Amino acid sequence: MKLLVPVKRVIDSNVKARVKPDQTGVDLANVKMAMNPFCEIAVEEAVRLKEKGVATEVVLVSIGPQQAQETIRTGLAMGGDRGILIVSDTDPEPLAVAKLLKAVVDEEKPDLVLMGKQAIDGDNNAVGQMLSALLDWPQATFASKVEISGGKAAVIREVDGGLQTVEVQLPAVITADLRLNEPRYASLPNIMKAKKKEIAMKTVADYGVDVAPRLKVLKVAEPAKRSAGVKLETAADLVGKLKNEAGVI
Amino acid sequence: MAVLVVADNDNAHLRDSTNKTVTAALAVSSDVDVLVMGQGAKAVADAAAKIEGVRKVLLAESADLGHAVAEAQAATVVGLMGGYDAVLVPATAGGKNFAPRVAAKLDVAIISDVLAIVSADTFTRPIYAGNALETVQSSDAKKVLTVRATAFKAAGEGGSASVESASAGADAAKTKFVSEEMVKSDRPELTAAKIVVSGGRAMGSAEEFHKVIEPLADKLGAAVGASRAAVDAGYAPNDYQVGQTGKVVAPELYIAIGISGAIQHLAGMKDSKVIVAINKDADAPIFQVADYGLVADYKNAVPELMDALTAIGK
Ligand SMILES: Cc1cc2nc3c(=O)[nH]c(=O)nc-3n(C[C@H](O)[C@H](O)[C@H](O)COP(=O)(O)OP(=O)(O)OC[C@H]3O[C@@H](n4cnc5c(N)ncnc54)[C@H](O)[C@@H]3O)c2cc1C
Repeated sequence: MKLLVPVKRVIDSNVKARVKPDQTGVDLANVKMAMNPFCEIAVEEAVRLKEKGVATEVVLVSIGPQQAQETIRTGLAMGGDRGILIVSDTDPEPLAVAKLLKAVVDEEKPDLVLMGKQAIDGDNNAVGQMLSALLDWPQATFASKVEISGGKAAVIREVDGGLQTVEVQLPAVITADLRLNEPRYASLPNIMKAKKKEIAMKTVADYGVDVAPRLKVLKVAEPAKRSAGVKLETAADLVGKLKNEAGVI
Repeated sequence: MAVLVVADNDNAHLRDSTNKTVTAALAVSSDVDVLVMGQGAKAVADAAAKIEGVRKVLLAESADLGHAVAEAQAATVVGLMGGYDAVLVPATAGGKNFAPRVAAKLDVAIISDVLAIVSADTFTRPIYAGNALETVQSSDAKKVLTVRATAFKAAGEGGSASVESASAGADAAKTKFVSEEMVKSDRPELTAAKIVVSGGRAMGSAEEFHKVIEPLADKLGAAVGASRAAVDAGYAPNDYQVGQTGKVVAPELYIAIGISGAIQHLAGMKDSKVIVAINKDADAPIFQVADYGLVADYKNAVPELMDALTAIGK
């Protein structure tokens, strides 16, 4: 069984994004970048499926700048087999990403696409659902447990109010939530090995899909700032403030 | 132009995020219809008909809709979109599960977590854990939005729209609902509660979380929330997670106990009206957004807080 795992290069999750003074976007110059944490979880799950003998090949695909090769290398060091980088100097919208991924799926014919539920830059939480719709494959989003057998995946999903279990027929699209696993750190020998693994370099034009943006970004602004309030001495002071000053209890 | 709002419901109850999404929809158009998808959900449709400003309510029912299977939900909405220029869906986990499918099937952009309607084609939404707000103008003929309910006031009651039935999209051929395990609670719903009490990693165990956070929440009539660390460690169910990748809340009062205030947690609660932090580390980032802080061990501070509340008759 072949797995396709899309991975995105994003701002490191420990870094607070800063808006550019001219309000055209977020300043990413000299900012630490990393693999999107949800993508890391998806890679980990794919590698575990390979280690268990359920999967035979794990293919990583990224859409992004040249530097996204490093992101793919990170995934190869975790245990991915090979990578595909579709070089794009702009950050395509979720619909365009889904169309590119569909084109990759048509070529690679994986049995399962395992991906993160959300990228922590755009925060859309959409590409997996869109890809599933374009492919007419079943979807199981926000997965906290995945079990594969007999051409099916049983998936426990994190939903409003609790957990839901669904069964999807493969091929399918599954998106990972935080509790699916804890991604490993790649070992030094595996980082060395990953350097020799193949990354196929592609361009958006190679896939002949329409990636024109549908949304025009008019402005990127900073949210209203909250300022620190007061530190109080006792719980009784706090109750007094909440009742008499804030009027919220 | 008419717009469609998809109701947030569990087959039995209409959730308040629907009323809030109706308010957002009324900023786009005065012709707002509400679609209720479920199974045996007539009571939900009747409740939706009472929302002020709603033109009519459509009720689509099937087994898959009753289990919120995304493929069937999206097919139902897509089937209706001939008559609408926009669809607005509350940005819950359930809404986010199917709204992007609708957009993909219509070949239009998804506009997620809308915080403000600037005009019928221009919307503001958070990116980067809410550290930036992006205003986008859509060139698509039809718009598909998920709406962050906490950013809108709930539309009132007093309407008397008609309820019509609508055809449900086909059941999903390759997705089967197996079971669900819902957290049972008599407390208010987290995203709609006026007061939220949240616990973090400092609790150290599920027993401690029950013992410390829940009695305080019950004394205040509050909902219970948690940080990711508390959920990951199994102190609280996943449904309690507040943050960038969990639930977004904006209550009148948010009390964070033993929570450090990571970027991702702040993303889910920094629009609360009043924030209280109880943390033993005076330098914890949570204090930078807290209106009132107690630098204290929660083990002493929470019992004292309970006593002080009792003293004022709570
Ligand atoms: C992709 C991604 C998504 C994420 N999404 C979310 C999300 O949606 N929501 C979320 O919350 N987090 C999220 N996180 C995690 C986030 O980065 C933090 O790790 C998490 O919020 C920390 O939880 P915490 O504050 O409970 O724990 P900690 O950061 O460990 O803080 C515990 C706090 O308790 C205090 N404390 C300890 N003992 C006591 C005591 N006895 N009395 C009083 N105070 C005490 C400490 O001083 C400390 O400040 C996400 C992270 C990533 C990478």
